[in-house]
Amino acid sequence: MEAVTENWDLYFRGFGYTLFLFLVAGLASMLLGTFLAACRVGPIAVLSKATAVYVTVVRNTPLVIVFAFFAFAAPLFGIHFRWLDVHIGDYDFTSFYGAAVVSLTLYTSVFVCEALRSGVNAVPLGQAEAARAIGLPFAGVMSNVILPQAFRASVPPLASVQIALIKNTSVAAVFGMAEATATMRGLNNNYSAGVPLFIAFAIGYIVLVELFSFGAFRLERHWRIAR
Amino acid sequence: MSSGVLFDAPGPRTIARHRIYTVISALSIAAFVAWVIWRFYENDQFTAEKWEVFTTPEYVRVLLVDGLLKTLQMAGTALVGAVVLGFVLGVGKLSEHRWIRWPAWLVVEFFRAVPVLLLMIFLWYTFGIKNPGSDYWAVVVALTLYNGSVLAEILRAGVLAVPQGQSEAAYAIGMRKTQVMNIVLMPQAVKIMLPAIISQCVVALKDTALGFAVTSPGLTYVVKQIYLEFQNRVPAIIVVASMYILVNLILTWLATLAQKKFVGEKEPLQINATGTGPIIGGGPVAGGPRM
Repeated sequence: MEAVTENWDLYFRGFGYTLFLFLVAGLASMLLGTFLAACRVGPIAVLSKATAVYVTVVRNTPLVIVFAFFAFAAPLFGIHFRWLDVHIGDYDFTSFYGAAVVSLTLYTSVFVCEALRSGVNAVPLGQAEAARAIGLPFAGVMSNVILPQAFRASVPPLASVQIALIKNTSVAAVFGMAEATATMRGLNNNYSAGVPLFIAFAIGYIVLVELFSFGAFRLERHWRIAR
Repeated sequence: MSSGVLFDAPGPRTIARHRIYTVISALSIAAFVAWVIWRFYENDQFTAEKWEVFTTPEYVRVLLVDGLLKTLQMAGTALVGAVVLGFVLGVGKLSEHRWIRWPAWLVVEFFRAVPVLLLMIFLWYTFGIKNPGSDYWAVVVALTLYNGSVLAEILRAGVLAVPQGQSEAAYAIGMRKTQVMNIVLMPQAVKIMLPAIISQCVVALKDTALGFAVTSPGLTYVVKQIYLEFQNRVPAIIVVASMYILVNLILTWLATLAQKKFVGEKEPLQINATGTGPIIGGGPVAGGPRM
């Protein structure tokens, strides 16, 4: 147990990194995912097909492989993140952080795209037809009728995707980030205190996941529409 | 009616405008792909010596037998374990007895919220890093526990998706609880669950790649040996990614087939990410966005 009690600072710093990875990659994946979804459901067949291929490829690739591919291939394109060298308090955001955020974003955004697409598909066709029939222009149909419903319908799958992202930040441990999972591995080397250490870190993740999940549940209930 | 709910049928001016957009986007996509290929070419990623190893019979055999087959074996073993565990936990969560239901709920929620990698590293240390086979079993047991918990939730959702009249009718003709479950509910639930279970196979297979972190055998290990020997990191990663993608596409295709055959037009079974999460409705993607 002393492995945890003597190292609260490492414990919280580890989860601090986890949280920073999640927040930045979560936000970026929402933006990129929205862009992908717009291409995917848009009227341009070429864009739609290209996005579909991209989404299929990335979502069937293991996250570790995405990380590895980015780590090995990005330097060929002159992407190093060497410029990234920010220090805030105890936290160092260096090239490892940049690469991890980009890998997590690329991977998560395709699931965001699928979640948003499922939201659009959940809107009954009659809604759009009725909106057009009363003479609403395209912008009106979108902003007043379709998108509000589509967005609400995609809240639960989006929450699932972001919860998976919280857990997926652990993969950054393999690629040089000192986040929670890497911290547990390091402490395991020094203390060989298996179960209590694991339980302590597991609880950290559970708290993050359940907090986010509860927030999403409140949002979903707040925005739920009667069908 | 090509694009469904979002757009009205385009008129002549819109069609002309779309044609311009099509040309622009096709050109930019082509330019981007060409740039990527050019950068790879410039950095000597397409040279014969970097790819030759993947056409050498000896290495192909290692890649397929020690790599792909071993990975499939790990995923397969974990899934068999996960189905058994999922059945036990799922039935436990449906139990009428509080002292069975709550522990089952606790186990399911715990292993669903904990990252598989954390679990894997913990098990690796627990089994002893130096012990032979500890890396293999760390991956298998971690995947069993995680996927077993997810399958428990799928099983519960599947049983609850069977119309209530079925169990009422079964009780009415005097069946016992076990009989109702085994003879009436389970056979119908399995059909509803099958697509979701196959989709979960994709997740399990993808997660075997996490074995990279605990030096487990399988594709990632073999590929690491290859790229360390031949200095062909990018081609090696492309090859291993294609193998994962191919197997996953086959599994997804099977899931769609099972969905059509056993479930029909009804929406695929969906489950929440956590016990406190928002309620997930149906979606058009078989099994929903699973990661």
